[in-house]
Amino acid sequence: MSGTILSSKKLSVGYGKKVIVSGLEFEVSRGEILTIIGPNGAGKSTILKSIAAQLPFISGTVSIAGTDISAMSAHDIAQKLSVCLTERITAEKMTCEDVVSTGRYPYTGRLGILAENDRNIVQEAMELTGVTYLSDTDIRCISDGQRQTVMLARAIAQQPDVLILDEPTSFLDINNKLRLLSILRELVRSRNITVVQTLHELDLAQRFSDKILCIKNNKADRIGTPEEIFKGDYVSELYDITSGSFLPEFGTAEAAKVTGAPQIFVIAGGGSGIDTYRRLQRQGIAFAAGIIHENDIEYPVAKSLASELVIEKAFEPISDESVRKALEIMKRCGEVICCPDSFGTMNIGNKRLFEAYKSRT
Amino acid sequence: MNRKRVIRWMICFIVLLLLAAVFLILELAVGSAKLSLNDVIGAFTGSSNSSAKTIVREIRLPRTLAAALLGGALSVSGFLLQSYFNNPIAGPYVLGISSGAKLTVALSMMFTMKYGILMNSAEMVGAAFVGSMISMVAILLLSGKVKNMAQLIIAGVMIGYICSALTELAVTFADDANIVNLHNWSMGSFSGISMDNVKVIAVIVIAASAAAFMLSKPMSAYQLGENYAKNMGVNIKLFRTALILLSSILSACVTAFAGPVSFVGIAVPHLVKNAFGTAKPIIIIPASFIGGAVFCLGCDLIARMLFAPVEISISTVTAVFGAPVVIMAMLSRRNQKGSA
Repeated sequence: MSGTILSSKKLSVGYGKKVIVSGLEFEVSRGEILTIIGPNGAGKSTILKSIAAQLPFISGTVSIAGTDISAMSAHDIAQKLSVCLTERITAEKMTCEDVVSTGRYPYTGRLGILAENDRNIVQEAMELTGVTYLSDTDIRCISDGQRQTVMLARAIAQQPDVLILDEPTSFLDINNKLRLLSILRELVRSRNITVVQTLHELDLAQRFSDKILCIKNNKADRIGTPEEIFKGDYVSELYDITSGSFLPEFGTAEAAKVTGAPQIFVIAGGGSGIDTYRRLQRQGIAFAAGIIHENDIEYPVAKSLASELVIEKAFEPISDESVRKALEIMKRCGEVICCPDSFGTMNIGNKRLFEAYKSRT
Repeated sequence: MNRKRVIRWMICFIVLLLLAAVFLILELAVGSAKLSLNDVIGAFTGSSNSSAKTIVREIRLPRTLAAALLGGALSVSGFLLQSYFNNPIAGPYVLGISSGAKLTVALSMMFTMKYGILMNSAEMVGAAFVGSMISMVAILLLSGKVKNMAQLIIAGVMIGYICSALTELAVTFADDANIVNLHNWSMGSFSGISMDNVKVIAVIVIAASAAAFMLSKPMSAYQLGENYAKNMGVNIKLFRTALILLSSILSACVTAFAGPVSFVGIAVPHLVKNAFGTAKPIIIIPASFIGGAVFCLGCDLIARMLFAPVEISISTVTAVFGAPVVIMAMLSRRNQKGSA
């Protein structure tokens, strides 16, 4: 059942004659989630609109299951591809069930009357997304999270091969974000459909995508698995992050480090220092930290926030050399904060730092 | 719950049809010559005396049928415009479309009278349609420029004023004996419509309303917004053109025969949507049609009877009942926006 369902060749998209993204080539298989990321205004939504046949593309081709969409009728496309958009629904007096029912549009007759089978599919879609309890509620009287889920149910009721979502998680709280993406994951697995979406939340993109397409400077900068994209400094470069840093391991950001001569030395390790680093950063105090193993959970945070950092090789006990270096920095610092509650074999060197500090005062 | 809705719809339809029947009979029976129900029935079966027969069949029946058909046409036209602009306070009267039709009909009537020609029904509708389209195009051009719906409505009202002013001007300078007729017509009235007129009205209104009903599927998709509709396979350009043409034809037909009739196009769909508790076009289009018929029959009864034998213009009555509903529609829209 796998195999390419959606692909593009030499695709250029934009408005009128104005090209926004060009030379786009990608392939998505059945049962995959493709997430498009990139800076604001890079053209992510424009790409989605073009794939969804809402916007005529400038050149190139988009194919669904091997058929060029420009050769397909609007009706045929509607049976293969459905969308979930961010725009507000202003329709009067429509219940959520009415809204989900519109998903059956490409399958009903001239007057759009639902058959038994259509009604079952609508019910199923609402159950799958857990919005059955909203059936009789007016679409304008529910929360953003509920509305987004109802719109997803609508898109599912359309029984598409490809589901296109434009920033589905914007405006949702973290619980609803996770719920929505979990529903997508489940959908992709159980129905073998394909999801193409844009996301601004990089942490979620990293965790819920099979493939990530990065758009920058009017072109596809890179396409790959989350592991390939969230590696090294790539994401920082993609977004030109200047006022802070991005931790690819976690998919999260840290504020910009306070540079300059360290005023405080933080003895840390094992994650114990993270809160202290962030507090000092907030207060605008430059600090040094050590001695942190390269495989320590807090290493990426320390690296992005500490103005000076003493590190140790992974899985090795702290060496005398590192202790000497740390002591030297400590001497220049006015204060020392010791974060760990206890010391063990591997970080016994940090205990030496702490004792040196105590004997100093 | 779904069954509950269907039952509600059925009850509403039955009530509307009953009201329509009652008003139809009243329109035929009530007037300067009061007739009993038996007289009215007799007028059709042939058992009534000839004067009752003439009054019912040649004077009251055409007027009654015209009021019913044109009322339905106005309401459907209003609902189509509301769908197009996604705004419950759009209608042929407030957007100046009726006034555009009024202007062209008045001008062509004056022009043809000058040469002693009387325009036939189809020509009247044609003239009205041209005027409707001129106002409509102006509104469409403006709607591309203004993002705010309130501004669009104000623009429509202003277009209406311009057209009315030009009509008044033309009427003032026309020195024909028919000027009185022209004046009466330009105020709005269902009187003086012949059975031949009714035949033309019936063909146009029923055909256009049926066509509108056939659009109820794309209309329901369009209620979610243009982008969703596109994704569901609606040909947006074709669909919008159809909406514009049908609503123009319907309101042109009304204006050609009855002059501009105010606020029905907004008030009736609003009341019907509230009564039925839905905005599904497949329900609201037929319901608006019947509702519009009921509304105009009722208003015409009042127009005829309130100061009998003096008749007041139909627009005066529809405004009294319709305008408050328009204000209600405006307020309910704001409330929902606030709570959403």
